[in-house]
Order: sequence, then structure tokens, then C-alpha cells
Amino acid sequence: MAQPRVIIVGAGPAGVRCAEAFVAAGVRPTVIDEGRRDGGQIYRRQPVNFSRSYTTLYGTEAGRAQALHACFDQLREQIDYLPQTLVWNISEGNVHLMHQDGTPRAASLPYDILVLCTGATDRLMPMPGWEYAGTYSLGAAQIALKSQAVAVGRNIVFLGSGPLLYLVASQYIKAGAQVAAVLDTSPLVLQWRALPKLLSRPWLLFKGMALLKAIRRAGVPVLRGITPLQITGDPDNGVQGVRYRSAQGVEKSLDCDTVAMGYHLRAETQLADLARCEFSFDTASQQWLPQVDAHGRSSVAGVYLAGDGVRIRGADAAENAGRLAALAALADHGNAVVPAQVAQLCRQQLPMERFRLGLLQAFPWPAAQAASLPDHAVVCRCEGITAGELRAVVNLKGAREANRAKAFSRVGMGRCQGRYCGHAGAEVIAAAVVCPVVEVGRLRTQAPVKPLAFKIVEEPQ
Amino acid sequence: MSSSTRARFVRLGESDRVAVGFVVDGEAVSALQGDTLLTAMLQHGGHVRQSEFGGEKRAGFCLMGACQDCWVWTADGARLRACSTEVAEGMAVSTKAPELTWPNLA
Repeated sequence: MAQPRVIIVGAGPAGVRCAEAFVAAGVRPTVIDEGRRDGGQIYRRQPVNFSRSYTTLYGTEAGRAQALHACFDQLREQIDYLPQTLVWNISEGNVHLMHQDGTPRAASLPYDILVLCTGATDRLMPMPGWEYAGTYSLGAAQIALKSQAVAVGRNIVFLGSGPLLYLVASQYIKAGAQVAAVLDTSPLVLQWRALPKLLSRPWLLFKGMALLKAIRRAGVPVLRGITPLQITGDPDNGVQGVRYRSAQGVEKSLDCDTVAMGYHLRAETQLADLARCEFSFDTASQQWLPQVDAHGRSSVAGVYLAGDGVRIRGADAAENAGRLAALAALADHGNAVVPAQVAQLCRQQLPMERFRLGLLQAFPWPAAQAASLPDHAVVCRCEGITAGELRAVVNLKGAREANRAKAFSRVGMGRCQGRYCGHAGAEVIAAAVVCPVVEVGRLRTQAPVKPLAFKIVEEPQ
Repeated sequence: MSSSTRARFVRLGESDRVAVGFVVDGEAVSALQGDTLLTAMLQHGGHVRQSEFGGEKRAGFCLMGACQDCWVWTADGARLRACSTEVAEGMAVSTKAPELTWPNLA
């Protein structure tokens, strides 16, 4: 049988292990990644002239990070690697690329097998003042530290919910940055209730508790069950403080020059959408996700999905998912695969899924905040569109569906293309209509998935 | 960058690197090799651009090339995403978008 043309999008944990599995089967895949170096976001590699050790950079995950990087380094001669390259569209068996290492160049590449390992971004809920300079996503705060050895500010409040909130705060403390407080919207009782599910990965739960202990030991206040009210500041100088309501219902304020915020993660699903994969609403995470079987087969023949871009299960599960997707694709293409290996990988994913559900229970998406956002609060940071303007298109123009409300209000149409306002926008619409958020639908993906210049023309193949 | 000249980002290590000279809004400043343009610019001020839709200044948001909040411009009008562009010796950037002039096709 002819060698299939394999394209893997993403060089994080899922993409690297996927490439490894194809190479092991004698297939040479093309790995396309937006990053300058491999590793994805979680195992992002620092620039070559930086010298911090794996332990300094990745803490308890140093061994896994090093193993993944070493794996990729060994694969380099056996794959075609296109770093700093954006896949901006997918059409009829072709991916459309933009090389961004210098003057942008466009091209397209055909595939028989496409594995999308597109990862995730932070999931954001707006609050008044989040448009001020000095507000960053939690992921941004971590990237600044890991890949640039800088803190995003001099005195930082970490705000939101989810494991990243505690992880990044503790990494900042360890690196010597000043952390003013950790404000978690999730009440402690939910974290206790999620324990049975979180015990599915006891080591990870233990590590989480150790992080919390380290934050406390550093004397940084950790407050749970808070309600964010406002990021205070001014348009020229940016963030100057945070106002919130404590779990006891008391309004409080904190001085800071930076807020790092986020509510767990959202899957990057745009390419799966452009490849015409079916989506369904995942009630546990309250997001629309592409449908996959246990091996990563999407609803479209030849298109496979793996890692946090399908379900937010973290890096370890992503490594398994990348391998599984490659094995599924190889089997579908007539290659022999070892059933015991597939079965073992599937078994390993079970506690990962249970842990995912535990995290969602412990650190829920704060949907109710959307309903109480003041009308003047910016929902779309790209174009400064407020909650009041979005509510107006629902109430005055009857736009009860996400894409219609986007067309009227432009929330979701700006340069981030709905990545940071899409989920919250849907909640604002649902609250205005008084319907479940699933009925608002999901924003359709439009190519290009990131802004491109008009003048660039695809090179002939 | 004149309204807020205090650095926003704080270096926590890796400061033993080769210095790189670049220019922001006509002012010569320095960075370290391996800095992104965003890191480099926020060593010299509190923002990298002005929002076109509101009155506020911006200093990036996601640092992973997803939000597009850190666009800056080169002298010849090209747009750069500061969080994913490495600073280079002699680079000159502007925190303001160039004035657009549309051709008269009549």
C-alpha cells in the first residue's frame, strides 16, 4: 500500500507523540506548528540562549518535558517539520498554510490523514476593567515566566478558577515575583465534593495540594468563593487594583498593577470546524466540542483529533491521545497495529477523563457572572463592545442565536475571532433570553483562523 | 510610550545575554537577545499600542499569538505580533498604526 500523506497540526504533547507513532510505523509525517520551537504551551521551550534547568522551568514535570523534547529532537530527521507556520484554512484534502518565519509566504499541502493537535487557550469571563493594560491571561503569565524569564508585573493578583490559577501563582512565588493574592471564584466546598473524582489521579491531586501549601507558606492570601467586581485603573496607566466580594458577601479591594486571570481552558476547535467535523455540546465543561470516538476519530473520514483541542484532559492524556490517533489512522489505512497497545492506551485514558470531570466540578465555569455583568463592561476586548450593546441586539433585534448576535453586535468578529469573548458572549445572550446556553448555539469558524494580510498569494505547488 | 515610562515586565533571571539595540517610536532603547518584541518593549514602558476602539492603552493579553492584542508596526507599515516576534538589532517599531491612504481609483 502507498504511504499515506500524513499532516499533524501542533507540536505539543499530542502532536509529538502522534508523530513518534507514525515514524515507528515507517511513515514520514509533516508536522506543522505555529511555535518557534516544539513543546506546545505546557512544555514550551525557552530560547536557545537561555540557560535555566528543566527542574527550574517545569518543576515536577521536568522529566516529562525533557522526555518529550528529546523525543522530538530524535524525530527531526524522520519528519518534515514546519515551525512558525499557521494552518489558516482546510479545504477538500488540503491544508492552507502561512509560513511566518520572516516575510509571510502562503502554500497548501494535500493530505490523506490529518491529525489536529491544536491545544487550548485560556477561557475568560469578562469583568469591568479587563481591557486595561496589565490584565493578562493566566497562560500569558506562565509563558512570560517560562519562555522569557519575566514576571508580567510588579505586584500581581491571580484571579479566576482552575488548576492553572494555583500552578502559575506558585511558579511566580518560586521565581521571586510578588503575588498580592490568589482569588478563586470556586467555593472550597466544591473542591471537597470533587475529591472522589480527583482521586482518580492521586499523584496529581497531591501535587495540587502541595502547590496550595507553598502559596500559603509564602504568606500569600488564598481566598475562595469570591465574586470579581472590577479591575480598577485608568486608560493611560492600566491596572491599579481589583475589587471583589468575599465569600462572606463583603466588598473588598486590593492594590496591584497586574491581574492574571482565567477560568480553566477552552479547546482550540477552529480547524476541526473548518474540516467539517461534527460538534456536540459537552455539559460538563459547558462548551461545544468536536465529536470523537475513544481513539480520536472525528466524524470526517481521514480527520483525527487529539489532546486538549478535543477534551481538556491535560498533557499526559494528550500524549496518549496523540499515540491513539496515529494508531487509529494507521489501522484505518490498512496498517497492522498491536491491539494490546491500543487497549492499554484506552485504559490509561479512563482515569484522565474522570479527573477532567473532577476538575470541572471543583473549579466550575462561572456562567452566572455573565448575567450580572454591568452594561458598561466590555465583553469584546478587541473592539471594545460592551455587555449592554450585546444585550441590546438580543432584546431589540431578537438575535437569540450566537452567529446572529455576532453579526449585529460584532462580539466575536474582532481580531481574536471569538477566542476570548465567545463563551462569555454566549452566556450573556443566554441570560438575556433566559434560555440554556446550549440553545444559543456556537460561533461558526471563519477562515482565516487568524488575521492575515490581504496581499499574500499562495505559491503554486 | 511617553505617558508611562516605567517597565511593566520584571526580569527574574537570564539577564546574562547579549544586548540588542532597537527603536520604539523613534527612541533608541536596548533589549537582550532572545527577548520577544513584547518583552523588550515592556522593559521600557507600560504599553505597546493604543486601542483603536476605546481610549485605553494595551500591553498584550495572551502571549501565545491568539488574541492579537500586541500588534505593533514597522517603519514601512508592516504589522508585527509583538509576543511572537523576536527583537533584532536595529529593528524599528511604532506603537501607532500607520495612517491609511486609499488609492483614488476613479
